Amino acid sequence: MIQHIVLYPILVQLFFAIVLLFFWNSVKAQKSISIFGNIVALIVSVWLFITIWQEGTLTIQTGNWEAPFGITFVADTFAATLVLLTAISGFAVSIFSVGTILRARLKFGFLPILHFLLLGLNGAFLTGDIFNLYVWFEIIIISSFVLITIGGEKKQLEGAIKYFTLNILASMIFLTAIAVLYGLAGTLNMADLAIKVAEIENRGLVEITAILFFIGFGIKAGLFPLYFWLPASYHTPPPAVMAIFGGLLTKVGVYALIRVFTVIFVGEDFLELIILSVAGLTLVSGGIGALVHNNIVKVFSYLIICHIGYMILGLGLYTEAAIAGAIFYLIHDIVVKTNLFMMSGLIYRIKGTFSMRDLGGLYNNNPLLSLIMIIPLMSLVGIPPLSGFWPKLALITESFNANNYWLIGAVLFATFITLFVIARLWTEVFWKEGPKLKRIANFRYFSLLSKHQKRQMIVPIVFLAFISLYIGFGAEHIQRLSIRIAQELLDNQAYINAVLKP
Amino acid sequence: MLIAVLSGFIFALVLVFTGKYFKKKYALWSALLPLGLFVYFLQFVGRIGNGEIISTQYNWIPSLNVNLGFTLDGVSLIFSLMITGIGFLVYAYTAAYLKGHVFLDRFYGYLSIFMAAMLGLVLSDNVLSLFIFWELTSISSFFLIGFNNNKQSSRQSAMVALAITGLGGLLLLTGALILANVSGTYSIAEMLSSRDIIANSPHYIIIVLLIFGAAFTKSAQFPFHFWLPGAMKAPTPVSTYLHSATMVKAGIYLLLRFTPVLGDTPLWQTSLIIVGAVTMLYAAIHTLFRTDLKGILAYSTIAALGILVFLIGLGTPDALLAACVFILVHSLYKGCLFLVTGIIDHETGTRNTAVLSGLRKVMLPVAIAGILAAISNAGIPPSFGFLGKDLIYESTLHFGSWAMVLTAIAVITNILLLYAGFVAGVKPFTGSLPQQFEKVHTPSYLLYVPPLILAVGGILIGLFPIIIEGALIKPAVTALGANSSEVHLKLWHGFNTILALSGTTIAIGLLLYFLLKPSEKLEKLAQRFEFISPQNIIESVAYAFGYFSIYWSKIVQNGYLRHYITTIIVFLIVLVGYTLINHTSFEIDYDSFERLTVYEILTVLLLMVGTIYTVFSRSRLGAVASMGVVGLAISLIFVYYSAPDLAMTQFSIDTLTVILFVLILYKLPKYLNISNNVVRIKDGVLSLTFGLLITVLALEVLSQPQNTEISSFYAENAYKLAKGKNVVNVILVDFRGIDTFMEISVLTIAAIGVFSLIKLRLAKRFRNK
Repeated sequence: MIQHIVLYPILVQLFFAIVLLFFWNSVKAQKSISIFGNIVALIVSVWLFITIWQEGTLTIQTGNWEAPFGITFVADTFAATLVLLTAISGFAVSIFSVGTILRARLKFGFLPILHFLLLGLNGAFLTGDIFNLYVWFEIIIISSFVLITIGGEKKQLEGAIKYFTLNILASMIFLTAIAVLYGLAGTLNMADLAIKVAEIENRGLVEITAILFFIGFGIKAGLFPLYFWLPASYHTPPPAVMAIFGGLLTKVGVYALIRVFTVIFVGEDFLELIILSVAGLTLVSGGIGALVHNNIVKVFSYLIICHIGYMILGLGLYTEAAIAGAIFYLIHDIVVKTNLFMMSGLIYRIKGTFSMRDLGGLYNNNPLLSLIMIIPLMSLVGIPPLSGFWPKLALITESFNANNYWLIGAVLFATFITLFVIARLWTEVFWKEGPKLKRIANFRYFSLLSKHQKRQMIVPIVFLAFISLYIGFGAEHIQRLSIRIAQELLDNQAYINAVLKP
Repeated sequence: MLIAVLSGFIFALVLVFTGKYFKKKYALWSALLPLGLFVYFLQFVGRIGNGEIISTQYNWIPSLNVNLGFTLDGVSLIFSLMITGIGFLVYAYTAAYLKGHVFLDRFYGYLSIFMAAMLGLVLSDNVLSLFIFWELTSISSFFLIGFNNNKQSSRQSAMVALAITGLGGLLLLTGALILANVSGTYSIAEMLSSRDIIANSPHYIIIVLLIFGAAFTKSAQFPFHFWLPGAMKAPTPVSTYLHSATMVKAGIYLLLRFTPVLGDTPLWQTSLIIVGAVTMLYAAIHTLFRTDLKGILAYSTIAALGILVFLIGLGTPDALLAACVFILVHSLYKGCLFLVTGIIDHETGTRNTAVLSGLRKVMLPVAIAGILAAISNAGIPPSFGFLGKDLIYESTLHFGSWAMVLTAIAVITNILLLYAGFVAGVKPFTGSLPQQFEKVHTPSYLLYVPPLILAVGGILIGLFPIIIEGALIKPAVTALGANSSEVHLKLWHGFNTILALSGTTIAIGLLLYFLLKPSEKLEKLAQRFEFISPQNIIESVAYAFGYFSIYWSKIVQNGYLRHYITTIIVFLIVLVGYTLINHTSFEIDYDSFERLTVYEILTVLLLMVGTIYTVFSRSRLGAVASMGVVGLAISLIFVYYSAPDLAMTQFSIDTLTVILFVLILYKLPKYLNISNNVVRIKDGVLSLTFGLLITVLALEVLSQPQNTEISSFYAENAYKLAKGKNVVNVILVDFRGIDTFMEISVLTIAAIGVFSLIKLRLAKRFRNK
């Protein structure tokens, strides 16, 4: 009965989300339950990961309807890794939320919704059914929408409307794609689709379906020219929400793209061209966006877009090494982006602003915190041997092997812009003395917080910083993991067998 | 050797935790680290001198081909000894120079990281680990240049330096990866054996250009040189150590290292000779127009680096020998001059050569150091510098048909460099002492002993070149792939052309020194041409790009939701439309469709009218009502296709939606018409195209053969296995029950969201907090 473990990450989050609803009126109890729940989720995810690492892909058929008739959940190494990363980020963010989210927001169900969001993420990673994936996306959209709007500030609502509209548009395109696909292949199970789509003779229609999926997921992943919702909304909610969004939301889109384009749609040349061009443009356009903004959160938002380009590039190149590079980047990115936004939250708490022009003096006044914060910043840039550096090796080499110097150029451009932007951020926010800011009345400055509250902000940042360090210095482990994932993805027969012939 | 390289990193890490205690008392003790390393590398001198090459191998990330493979040969040894030796002097010097500085611990931390990275760079055999250490030197340089982080100019210079060297680093990374790909190995030593493959590969040019890009940015070659004068914002020990003696020579090291692999081709030689020559002349001329001591030294360093690039470009055994010797010569005298400048700055508070003079009266030991260094710099016998200059002329004179031109360039550069050296090392100490400096006193021995050691070293090696000949120079030349058996370093070669050239250089140089005094007038003159300087041009391009970025972002992310939607839809239409037209044949099989009935036609008409009215209606109520009609028409279609329960669901949902809509309608603000006709027509065309596209797609899909395996399984087994008579219901609650379950959760979450949206309005005092 070992395959039941596949469902545990989903069940744990669902369970705690529901339990939290029962403690609607007791914020205090909610705080402890939420952290406890995420510790359990972390343990379960580690357990799942180790099991999958040792036993290989596990599947479970819900309702005991054998595949492809029911809904299958599949935990291969890719899914298990992402579930683990979700648990890590989720754990860090839940501590950070408990420490930073306003009581008023917590009273209106912030924490249960956070767990629903994590539930949706886990579900999306584990499902083996394309329509079920849509349902998990619904969960993710609706809970992220609630997380953006909770509090009802004007800028929150403005961001939320754009976020919701464009994401619903993405879902509609996704749904249309599913309908077309179902019309063509008559099945929804991804493994079954892999077989049946390969048999379809009218490749043009398959290509169009693939494009629809690409656009639907591309909007969610934040690709050029589809990413508008991201810069429009990410800076509006509280930093804890930004952290979970920045770390995981776009990554679900990336996950879905990688999954669909390795299992179902394989080897369409035209698609490869589209994917590679979009990847290159995303790298460039995201980088340009990051260059012009003064608000650190907006800078980070654009860097999310920019760096999504690396992962899609790896997917587009479609070799084992390139996909391993994409996976490595994905692993690195989830941890580091979550951390960046928590860091922005910390900086905001210290100085009361996100504006680079107004910030300053952190290095002289908070040297130790600055040293902690420089870890995610440098990992992001990919200062070797930190985590962001390693995947670029494969991406550059494989672009070269594909004889595509433009792509190398895009990668270098994005890397350079990231370096420049972060160096500027460091000089502006940490080095510069900064103007004297007017003290905001009633603002809970970091220095005014109790030791306990300070710890709730710093511990998750340190935790993720250490994970980033591990990804960098233990790159051998991560690389081996990435290669194994890439091999599993490229050999879709193994996936098919695991699902259909358990 | 691994520990030797990593010790600097470990020391920096220890400093993070012990900084408080360290900076109070123990700063000087840190000099033991470079000293220990110096001694450690010294013990290899014998073995390397005997032609041995010492390699160690540590696996780090084998699956990415990254190994810490360290190789110590002649070239690495020269660099390692320079790094640790000058490092030792700089560490000791700093203890006095920055005594009592609040961030002394940070400074030593950065310095140690730099030293470790630099050692790693020159010892790495693996191209990737070489790149890693290369980047780390750029980063530590960034932190050191910006050490006085409250100053805008320091931050600015740090950014410029990082941008230029960081860009070079990326080029190096790409070059290294391509090189590894072409040669099939990541080890530089192994690349030697695939030299021909590399030289004949179609990628040879791009590899060489990338490596050049890296070397020229790091070693401040024209037109990327301008970050180096800016880097002088760093405290003087940093300028001495990074920006004169070691880090800026990393590019030179890279070129030397790759000479046996990539060198000896017209591309390699010509480019290096041209870039080197332009750089050395350009920078040497610039020294005439500076009054800041560090500015003069910075430009003369750039010129020296130009000479090195130039020599590597010549590529003859003579030239490579000259390069190896000149690296040492330059490090000794330039290091000394920088340290002397630091003392002058520290004690008098100015670095303006126009003002400084007569300081020998108040700081004799410093004056001795400065003058000795200037002598070596000038190449006046019996200094080491004389030897170095001899070798340079030797190699230019024997360079075929271009010998005269190249020699002339070298002579002019050397004349100007002599001038620069005298202005920096002699001028401040000679002449009369201005009143303002009378109270200046000789500084702590920690400050003046290090430059003295370097200066005396420069003279000693000049007198007894045998000290380094066999131990350092010969193995280095061998490592560069040249024959070293001819190498004999000596001062006296007899009367020949070279001696004449040396004599001319010294004579004209001294004449220039006595005739031309540095003045602010000259400096201002030079500034007039600033607008055509590479710095200005590159920075203007960067600014232009910045403006373009702002413009671009404003266009892309313009804040209008409808533009966003339009863009996405257009993108979709283009991609799908293109594929539909080019990659599929229109093969809609109309015969396979069932005949339409009258009811169906009527319903579709109803649907269309409803839709059109919704779009064109000028009142909200009308639009909502006709949307309801559309919904009802759809539920009728469900009825025709024998799905009464779906029809029922659709019907109730639709009715409910209309009712809810009407309820809130009165709460909404007045209906505004904000779009003009052009926009409407554009949107209309877009919608029609989109609709058409989806329709064609749907028709095409319908005319494909259907696969009914799943649906027939449901139909057959709904009752048999799932015990339900309504197949749709069974699918919803059993076969695909998880979907339904999760959709219910969606509703729950939405309910909570709506609740909080209605109930929770953060009070103003909480906003943004």
